[in-house]
Amino acid sequence: MTTAYFVGDTAVLLGRSMRHIARSLDTIITVTIMPIALMLLFVYVFGGALRTGSGHYVNYLLPGILLITIVMGISYTGIRLFTDMQSGIFERFQSMPIARSSALWAHVLTSVVSNLISLVLVVLVAVLIGFRSGAGALAWLAVAGILVLFTLALTWLAVIAGLSAKTTDGAGAFSYPIVLLPFISSAFVPTRTMPGPVRAFADNQPVTSIVNTIRDLLAQQPVSASIWPALAWCLGILIVAYAVAMFTYHRKAA
Amino acid sequence: MTTSAAIRVQGMEKSYKKLHVLRGVDFDVAQGSIFALLGSNGAGKTTVVKILSTLLKADAGTATVDGYGVATQPANVRESISLTGQFAAVDDTLTGRENLVLVARLRHLKDVGQIADDLLTRFQLTDAAGRRVSTYSGGMRRRLDIAMSLIGSPPVIFLDEPTTGLDPQSRAEVWNSVRQLAGQGTTVLLTTQQLEEAEQLADRIAILHDGRIIANGTLAELKRLFPPARVEYVEKQPSLEDIFLAITGTDDDSRTASTAGTNN
Repeated sequence: MTTAYFVGDTAVLLGRSMRHIARSLDTIITVTIMPIALMLLFVYVFGGALRTGSGHYVNYLLPGILLITIVMGISYTGIRLFTDMQSGIFERFQSMPIARSSALWAHVLTSVVSNLISLVLVVLVAVLIGFRSGAGALAWLAVAGILVLFTLALTWLAVIAGLSAKTTDGAGAFSYPIVLLPFISSAFVPTRTMPGPVRAFADNQPVTSIVNTIRDLLAQQPVSASIWPALAWCLGILIVAYAVAMFTYHRKAA
Repeated sequence: MTTSAAIRVQGMEKSYKKLHVLRGVDFDVAQGSIFALLGSNGAGKTTVVKILSTLLKADAGTATVDGYGVATQPANVRESISLTGQFAAVDDTLTGRENLVLVARLRHLKDVGQIADDLLTRFQLTDAAGRRVSTYSGGMRRRLDIAMSLIGSPPVIFLDEPTTGLDPQSRAEVWNSVRQLAGQGTTVLLTTQQLEEAEQLADRIAILHDGRIIANGTLAELKRLFPPARVEYVEKQPSLEDIFLAITGTDDDSRTASTAGTNN
C-alpha cells in the first residue's frame, strides 16, 4: 500500500534535501574547494617536477581529483542523515503513511545530485587551467556513469556512518581515511616508481583502477585492462554497503 | 468501561538489552478523550509512544490503535496517527509554511498550500510563515510541530511531553490547542512528567512506574485513592545553614562577618 507512493514520497523528500543544499551553498563550496586547491597545488607547484608522460599534467591529474571531490561530498551525506535522525524529523517521517525507505533514498539521491554539481564545478576549473580532452559524448557518458556508480557506493557507506554514528563529527569522519586512498594510487603519479609493497597496494586498491579507467576514457585510449576491476570494486562496495546499511536501518526499528 | 477504545494496550513488554523498561502495561483510551500517561524520567513513557506509533516493536503483548494492530497492520496505524515527539520534529532549514506543505505532500493530500495557510492562521504563525524555523522561539516551534501533526486530521494523536522546555505562556497556548483537538473528536495520548499538565488537560490519567501502570482513573478517582487531607505536625529538621551556624559558633549578629570569611 505504501510502496505505491515510493516514487512520489522520495521525490518530495529529495526536494526537501535539495532545498537544504541550495540554502547552505557553503557545503558545496567546502566540498569543492579542497579538491580545487589540491589540483592547483599539484599542477602549479609539484606538477613541473612530476613525470607522468606527455601532455598537460592536469589531464593526468583530473580523474583523481574528481574522486577526491566525491569523497569530500559524501561526508556531508553522512552528516545530513545523522542530523535528521537527531532532530526527530526522521521519526516523524517514519510514523507517517509513507514508503519507509523513501527517507533513506531521498538522502542517497541528494548525495548523487549534489556530487554531480560539485564535479561539474571542479571540471570547469580544470578546463580554465588547461584541461583538454578530445573524448566524445559516449566516453563522457561512460565517465559520468562510473563517477555516479562510485558516488552511490560511497554514499551507502555514508548511510551506514550516518545511521550508526553517535556524534556529528563521527558521521562525517569516516571519509577521512578514504581521502587518503587516492594519494597511494595512480591518481597523482604513475605507480611504477613506488617501492614494491606500496606499489602492490596502489595497483590493487579501488582508486587506481577507477582513475585509470576515467583517464583512458578521457584520453581516448582502450580501457579493457582497468574497467573491469573498476566496475567490480564499485559494484562490490555498493552491494555490501547497501546490505549493511539496510540491515542497520531495519534494526533501528526493532 | 467504554464501548469504543481508540487505543488498547494489553500486556506490553519491552526491554533494551538487559534493561526491562515495560513489564506488562495495560490501558485503554476512549475515543475523543485526552489520556495522560504520567511518569518520571525513564519510566518508559516514550517507549510506549514509540511502540504505538510503530517506531519500535514490543517484545510481548498486543496493542491496537484505531482498531489496527500496531504489530500486524503498521501501515494502517500510520494512516490513523500523528506523532509529536519529545523534541520538536521540525525542519530548521525550511520555513514554517514549507514544513507544513512538506507534511501535507507526504500525506498525499490535495490543496497543500491551502492546508498550510489555514494551519498557519490557526496557530498564529502567519507572520512568521516565510521565515526559517531556525529563527523561531521554542513556543513557535512547538506550535508548528503540533500544527504539522494535525495535517490530514488523523483520528489519534500522540504528544510526547509536548510542553517540556516551554515558558508558561507557550505552555498555555499548547494546552489550548490540545483542548481544541479533543473538542473536535480527536483522541489524544499525552505523556508528561508535570502533574499540573495532566490535571489541566486529561480526562483520564495513568501513572507509569517501574514498567507498569500503577494507577489509572480520572483525577477525582485518583484523589480518592489517597487519604483525605488532614493537618499534621511535622518535626522540622535543621537545614544545612542551621548546622553550619551551630558548628562555627556564630550567632545571627555576626553572620555578616562570618560569611565575609573572618571566622576560623
